[in-house]
Amino acid sequence: MAYKIITSQCTVCGACEFECPNAAISMKRGTYVIDAVKCTECEGHFDKPQCVAVCPVDNTCVPA
Amino acid sequence: MNKLLQLHDFSAPGATSFDELRKSAARGGCSTTGGNGKSGCGSAAGQGDLPAEVWEKVKNHPCYSEQAHHHFARMHVAVAPACNIQCNYCNRKYDCANESRPGVVSEKLTPEQAARKVVAVASTIPQMTVLGIAGPGDALANPAKTFKTFELVTATAPDIKLCLSTNGLMLPDYVEQIAAMNVDHVTITINMVDPEIGAQIYPWIFYNHRRYTGVEASTILSERQLLGLEMLTARGILVKVNSVMIPGINDKHLIEVNKAVKSRGAFLHNIMPLISEPEHGTVFGLTGQRGPTAQELKALQDDCEGEMNMMRHCRQCRADAVGLLGEDRSAEFTTDKVMEMEVEYDLAARQAYQAQVEAERDAIAVAKQRELAKLEGETATIKIQVAIATKGGGLINEHFGHAHEFQIYEVSTAGAKFIGHRRVDLYCEGGYASDAGIEPILKALNDCTAVLVAKIGLCPKDSLAGAGIEAVETYAFEYIEQSVIAYFKDYLERVGKSEIRHVARGDADIRQGAFVAS
Repeated sequence: MAYKIITSQCTVCGACEFECPNAAISMKRGTYVIDAVKCTECEGHFDKPQCVAVCPVDNTCVPA
Repeated sequence: MNKLLQLHDFSAPGATSFDELRKSAARGGCSTTGGNGKSGCGSAAGQGDLPAEVWEKVKNHPCYSEQAHHHFARMHVAVAPACNIQCNYCNRKYDCANESRPGVVSEKLTPEQAARKVVAVASTIPQMTVLGIAGPGDALANPAKTFKTFELVTATAPDIKLCLSTNGLMLPDYVEQIAAMNVDHVTITINMVDPEIGAQIYPWIFYNHRRYTGVEASTILSERQLLGLEMLTARGILVKVNSVMIPGINDKHLIEVNKAVKSRGAFLHNIMPLISEPEHGTVFGLTGQRGPTAQELKALQDDCEGEMNMMRHCRQCRADAVGLLGEDRSAEFTTDKVMEMEVEYDLAARQAYQAQVEAERDAIAVAKQRELAKLEGETATIKIQVAIATKGGGLINEHFGHAHEFQIYEVSTAGAKFIGHRRVDLYCEGGYASDAGIEPILKALNDCTAVLVAKIGLCPKDSLAGAGIEAVETYAFEYIEQSVIAYFKDYLERVGKSEIRHVARGDADIRQGAFVAS
């Protein structure tokens, strides 16, 4: 139960990094990645996964 | 102060109605009399009429003073990549070095890299007086990076003016911090005050941990923008409002926007043409939404120009632009190059340059007044537009074939007024005419009677004459405004003697797309 970032779509704007309630998103070798262990899909925090809601490119943060 | 703190607290959703807040903020503002669109906040028609303290703040700011943009340079540092709203004229995926428009950069910087770049540029270009953070996302969607950059720059280069540009969504939350950091210029992009219209421009916003769409999104955005504007002007911070003119969507509505921002104390309104080339992949680009023509843009700017200054010299530059408006020297200052540069910040040299500009400006003003006096007694109702080839300094000092853009002045017996610029492809490439030829330039200057240049070849001169545009070298290396008035006087005389016939000119193209330093 986690989300992932499609690297080819990602603009590396970092908006998701600020919003993640679990600090699961970080920059790795020039691209953002989601730590599947920390990701809770925002359950218990918010209605919708924050990375999906803030991402400027559709279908970039998707269920892993 | 108390009122502001209250406003700040109330800005959370579910608090007192927004209208009440707005009213109380307006009372606390700088003698703003809401409703009738009259503002006491330095929005007089001419720069000469500005209150001294406002003029002092803007006189060396290229984006806030039309006069300053001839002499002073700005730089943007791209430390703010994230954004919290989506606009239909923006595509965040597109990033190309041959591209000039807001929202786009080639290289993203950390605050430390940015601060080093600012000092390097300021040491190399003494006319660089202003640092702006304009994205490529939204400055206030990246508050930690934005404010850290300002802090680092102020520590080394205290004379550099700080400004930021925002969509306004998070603005009310950061007004205190903006004031505390001595940021004295803020630009808010406001494209509507009617959420129904907003829904056609903004597909969604991200606010309070959720994505809002449609009319609801634009309602929140508009309330936050206007509240932020009021809070800033109440603090004496100069606010420029940018609006993108989108024909058929908000073109007529921008008159309402102008009234709304004027009454809330905005100092300057900048109405810019929509950039919507299909290859940018924006929603508007893909739906074929067109931008305005030169005369449509001018007519709207003229309609809004009353007691408020309209900005007409905006170059819609990139979020990493460096140099005078209309030039881009960012390629000289990539992170790699900046890290290798030996940088010494020489405040005295910068002040000496600025004193020299001050003297030059006085000379320009005197020359203009002297020339204007010669028009006294002229009663002709003729009004013409004249294009200028310049590379800065307020002089006609560019070769026709080397011009990346032409500055356009409107002149009548009332005097000369800058009304805009037209970007063009270089006509001359290494001694030969460019492939595109002169056609695009003729279209860009189609509303002009003459073009004043430092030098021009016979061939383009003939082509211009064929299109009814007179190319004039007589005023080479003279001051622009003085020369425009002198040309106009000569034009009237020739019309009077029936040597030439006055012809009203047509409309002109606003060229979109690439502007690159070459």
